[in-house]
Amino acid sequence: MADKTFKLEIVTPTKVVFRGDVVSFTAPGVMGSFQVLHNHAPMLAEIGIGTAKLRDANGTEIVYATSGGFVDVLKNQVIMLAETIEISDEIDIPRAESSGERARQQLADKLSESDREEINAALNRASNRIRIAEKR
Amino acid sequence: MATLREIKQRISGIKSTQKITKAMKMVAAAKLRRAQDAVVAARPYAKKMKELFNRLTGFTDISTHPLLTIRPVNNVAVIIITADRGLCGGFNSNLIRSAVYHIQTIYGDMNAAGKVKLFCVGKKGSDFFQKNDYKIANRYLGIFQDLHFDHARSVINDVVKGFLSGEYDKVEIVYNEFKSLIQQRVIIDQILPITPVVNQSSSATDISHLTSHISSINYIYERSIEAIISSLVPKHLNFRLWHALLESNAAEQGARMSAMDNATTNASELIRSLQLHYNKARQASITKELLEIVSGAEALKNA
Repeated sequence: MADKTFKLEIVTPTKVVFRGDVVSFTAPGVMGSFQVLHNHAPMLAEIGIGTAKLRDANGTEIVYATSGGFVDVLKNQVIMLAETIEISDEIDIPRAESSGERARQQLADKLSESDREEINAALNRASNRIRIAEKR
Repeated sequence: MATLREIKQRISGIKSTQKITKAMKMVAAAKLRRAQDAVVAARPYAKKMKELFNRLTGFTDISTHPLLTIRPVNNVAVIIITADRGLCGGFNSNLIRSAVYHIQTIYGDMNAAGKVKLFCVGKKGSDFFQKNDYKIANRYLGIFQDLHFDHARSVINDVVKGFLSGEYDKVEIVYNEFKSLIQQRVIIDQILPITPVVNQSSSATDISHLTSHISSINYIYERSIEAIISSLVPKHLNFRLWHALLESNAAEQGARMSAMDNATTNASELIRSLQLHYNKARQASITKELLEIVSGAEALKNA
């Protein structure tokens, strides 16, 4: 394939999730989803809850569910820092469902503003996981 | 003198204890390997996180960020990381001793006035400080059985909430660092307000160099630098605590492993000396019996 590749690394506090050459990388930026290709301009982006996708040199596509982090692009070296990221095949649906349910119940109670924000985020994370898992 | 049976019982008692210590040592060794792997696995993230943090804080004024604002210190919180279980040599007691000394010498007055609050991770420390009437803000028990990043997150969440609401003006952390199998080092560190890493001795020039290099490149920032920093800072904190938990876990398993190794060796030593006693006692009783028989026969002959 004539496609040009760049180096991508996806790291979390517990392990290196992916390291290798890819053709394209799509991440859910907080200001909208974006795609990185070969020779992308230097960029530092914050990403939110959503789907991250990469296509490696063989054309295989890997889909991840992520809950936020940062993407740093510099000279065809891309590093994604994420606190949690899961390959779509490895999403634990029952766990996501139960945490979503828990969040919903907690939202029914009266809460302070900051707690509400936190639980909303948890709910978003859970539904994001379920949404991605259902597509596989 | 102990009878033969008593000695035999003691030997078998020590033997079974030795079996237990041996097994514990093996378990600790396996856990230690896993703990060390986790520390290594966290390194790439640590490196990148540090780099990003230094880069961003290098060319923006961040002292106005609420988590970096230095306030007059009236109230202090201390996060104390111990193990959930004992039988690991001086691991817990050394840490507790250092923590108590630190609190008494630096925050003695505040502590007397009840202005030092503790976040205890691990059962041992939490039990000790509760028994000794320290003010405990929260306890996190049993997290080392299945260490998960969410644990670090939830502790930091509580701490940050208290810091932002003004409940305490400074947060410190006390934990054991894994130095080697037989050595742990107690680390006492300030985690809030965050002190910019930039002013760290020799690296300062490197960083300003790097910063000027980076700022000369036309970087695109998706969201303003300030916004990125404010979401980076809590993640930076989460990671610092996570790192402390990993270190402490590795140190605990290392300490337990060497403590159990010592115990096993001691047990062998004890068994050896008891076995000697046992053999001597047995020989003595045989000699005594022989003497009795001989002197009995002698007496009969004379009669």
